[in-house]
Amino acid sequence: MFDRRLIGNFDWPLVLLVILTTIIGILNLYSATSSWNMLGQPVYMKQLYWLALGLTVALSLTIFNYRHLEHMAIGAYLGCIGLLAGVLIFGKTSMGATRWINIGSFNLQPSEITKIVLIIALAAYFSRHESPIGYSLTELIAPGILLIMPVVLIIKQPDLGTAMLLIFIGATMALFAGIQRWAMTALSLLATAALSGGWFLLHGYQKERIRTFLDPERDPLGTGYHIIQSKIAVGSGGFWGKGFMHGTQSQLSFLPERHTDFAFSVFAEEWGFMGSMILLSLYLGIVLWGIYIARKADSSFGMYLAIGITAMIFWHIVVNLGMVIGLLPVVGVPLPLFSYGGTSMLTTMIGIGLLLNISMRRFMF
Amino acid sequence: MALNSPQPDDISRRKRFMWLILPAIFLFALIGLRLWTLQIIYGERYELLSQKNRTRYIPIAAPRGAIYDRDGLLLVDNRPSFTVSALRQEVVDKQLLLQNLATYLNCDWHQLDQDWNKRRYFPQYRPIPLKQDIDRAVLERLAENSVTLPGMLIEVQPMRAYPFREVAAHLFGHIGAITQEELGRETYRDYNAGDFIGKTGLEKHLESYLRGTAGEKLVEVDVKGKQLRQLQVRPALPGNSVFLTLQLDLQLRTEQAFGDHAGAAVVLDVNNGEILAMVSRPAFDPEMFARGITSKEWSALVNNPSNPLQDKSLSGQYPPGSTYKMVTALAALQSGAITPNTIIDCAGRTTIGNRDFRCWKKTGHGATNLRKALRESCDVWFYEVSLRVGVERMSTMARQLGLGRSYDLPLDNEKSGLIPDKKWKLQRYNLPWYPGETAIAAIGQGYVLATPLQLAVMTATIANGGTLYRPQILKTITTPKGKTIKTYAPEKIHDSRLNQQQLNYVKQGMEEVVNHPRGTGKSSALPYVMVAGKTGTAQVIRMKDDPIDGELIDVEEIAYRHRDHALFVAYAPAKKPQIAVAIIVEHGQHGGSAAGPIARQIFEQYFAPGKKENSSQPERPININQQNHTGANDV
Repeated sequence: MFDRRLIGNFDWPLVLLVILTTIIGILNLYSATSSWNMLGQPVYMKQLYWLALGLTVALSLTIFNYRHLEHMAIGAYLGCIGLLAGVLIFGKTSMGATRWINIGSFNLQPSEITKIVLIIALAAYFSRHESPIGYSLTELIAPGILLIMPVVLIIKQPDLGTAMLLIFIGATMALFAGIQRWAMTALSLLATAALSGGWFLLHGYQKERIRTFLDPERDPLGTGYHIIQSKIAVGSGGFWGKGFMHGTQSQLSFLPERHTDFAFSVFAEEWGFMGSMILLSLYLGIVLWGIYIARKADSSFGMYLAIGITAMIFWHIVVNLGMVIGLLPVVGVPLPLFSYGGTSMLTTMIGIGLLLNISMRRFMF
Repeated sequence: MALNSPQPDDISRRKRFMWLILPAIFLFALIGLRLWTLQIIYGERYELLSQKNRTRYIPIAAPRGAIYDRDGLLLVDNRPSFTVSALRQEVVDKQLLLQNLATYLNCDWHQLDQDWNKRRYFPQYRPIPLKQDIDRAVLERLAENSVTLPGMLIEVQPMRAYPFREVAAHLFGHIGAITQEELGRETYRDYNAGDFIGKTGLEKHLESYLRGTAGEKLVEVDVKGKQLRQLQVRPALPGNSVFLTLQLDLQLRTEQAFGDHAGAAVVLDVNNGEILAMVSRPAFDPEMFARGITSKEWSALVNNPSNPLQDKSLSGQYPPGSTYKMVTALAALQSGAITPNTIIDCAGRTTIGNRDFRCWKKTGHGATNLRKALRESCDVWFYEVSLRVGVERMSTMARQLGLGRSYDLPLDNEKSGLIPDKKWKLQRYNLPWYPGETAIAAIGQGYVLATPLQLAVMTATIANGGTLYRPQILKTITTPKGKTIKTYAPEKIHDSRLNQQQLNYVKQGMEEVVNHPRGTGKSSALPYVMVAGKTGTAQVIRMKDDPIDGELIDVEEIAYRHRDHALFVAYAPAKKPQIAVAIIVEHGQHGGSAAGPIARQIFEQYFAPGKKENSSQPERPININQQNHTGANDV
């Protein structure tokens, strides 16, 4: 069953890009949290463990043929929807949002797994119903429902960031699959209407974030604080940066959430425009490599799966960076491989594992 | 179906992938462009903002200048003190902290809460002082338990110190925290909330010299405002040193001589007007104000009937009584109305108009000439003589001797006294002057008022032959390192206009007051120096002018409050005068018995052979100016 050629086809460049990015991220975490005197494991060590666990998961996901996932898609999808509903009923509430289910001592965050499962489900749908001239509006109803169900459940939590990412991922996959022109127009109008209508459904703090994004100075010590301090951190980095461990914004704690959502601000402050460009190139490398894997995939399912996973990574990067440099509102999306957090690391690594899996089998006919 | 070879729609597939790659690159480029804008174009601006974020200028209070006596002995200085403050951003539970602190400091936590609220407009990173000058035992207990008192900060601050406490308190005045109202004034435009300023006395009038220049330190702070390290420091420059004309041992002896009596004394150098001692009793402890006076202490000061806050030496206006008789005598001699040998018979009383005027000695002095009249303070002689002189000449002489005016001392509430004449009475009461009033004025009663300072000036002017010097308290002002900034030279207001011969007749009378067996001021005679002087008794205000109006006071208190004031003016040595003194003992009854001994002690201190060397010198405080004064250091 296991073919030796698989090892020969192993996608080293992707693994190297991922490990390199993560190591930079861990060094950055070391700097960002150096002023903390916490008990127990330092944050960067924990992240190192998550990296090890993530790589193990990624590698173990290369053992079986990804195409088996196509057959598990519906079951996994339904299971996921069940979990999301379960979260709303039994979930643990933290900071006003219900996102976790406690299973023993393990906190499960189903919305993360949903990203992967939705990608598999949509990939399965699009690969089975390929339409050379593009999808019409009616043909888009089924994938639309696949997308909307988890999105609604996640907005309920509420977790606007994840919901938005799911929409971005789904939209990317649908656009790639092809949409007829008039259907496209209709959808655009629908999206505009939904956006303006959606404003009234937003929670107070979500509206506040968007207002603050539009004008951070209106509340510089309150909700605008994150954006202002992050922009100061990034901007004060200049061309060469302030040097490793020498970022005043981060070392003196002016920067909030600096080990999670705002980890890039720490990096940009300490490594400047140069470092930021290098990191940005690494991310662009991963994204382009993902698209390349999709291009070379040995099946339509594999192609859509790779597109979906790459879209997931891509949108996380863009939304997070856009947020910390003040281009997008603060929505609490981590930077993949860079922000501290086991859930984000595992989700990303599952995606990377699947990409590796697809990549390894590209020449297997 | 599983194998889909890319050949058939290869071109369209490539197009689809291009539509993935291009937007991806576009969005990354957008992020890159944004980074360029933030980091390169606006990099410097954000760099400045990040500097502003992490640094704070913390003012360092300048130690106030020291005050020394004429010989450089320290009178007022600063000492390190410990202040309990609250660093707001580190306070977890304000009420709990204040309640715990109140237990350690043995005070009411509501009081601490009030102090906190009063100072809440301080910049966020500046600690709020809650209790100043805690003692060492409390400090140690607080330091031991600091872990359980999050947000508490103990700062070392220079504290104004008056090592001699009440000695010359009115002269120095006191300092206090600047008020919101004062902050609004032009005078204090470069002051900040929490600064201390001179509120009264020399502390107030020499504020610009004593204040010094506040320093500044640039510190790095974290987001909570906690100071992490010092980046730059511009040290505070201590205030200038002020040297007074005061002579410490003389001042101390004078204060001591008063005992429990209320009153005032001024000692002048007759040859230049320098004030050698200036006492007002009772006094207060200026340190109470420096550390923040409690309302209990304040009301004790304000409600004390002897008025410890008033500087009686220049704000207290008293009828000069018989000490005014030199004025009358000199005016009479100068006008030619009498000669030194003019004899007037004193029968213990005389009648002017249709009123009876009594001499203090009911049996009368008999045949009396100038010398005897001064020596035994015969009132009738002066009544009669004054009628020949007239009030105008008397008041002219009084002014010539330095009465009836103020001298612009750098002190509060210097009063000018009152030398009445016809014009004044017409203006003040729209009434003509009556001859009886001339007689009353001749013995320093009636409208006549003078401050102890003026009486000292008068005595000094008589002693030095008639030259009026402006009394002065300041000698030099130097930088902390000793470079002279300002020197106060003696100032002659006018040279003598007196006939020395006539003056000598009066001086002879004053010599006999002290040295003649029947003199009224014998109690101040000394074996080794000849003292000349004049006693006086000032009638105390009538019942209706009593300051405690309509209140019930016990009989003994009434009796005390209606006793006459005792006065004594003197100079020595009689033949070659050096110093002049004026003393008033409130409710001391007789000048000779109550004020004379005080004068004697002053002369003793100044003239006793070997006295200066042998006298038990007061313990000299260590000059703490040399110690570390970088301001508020965290402990």
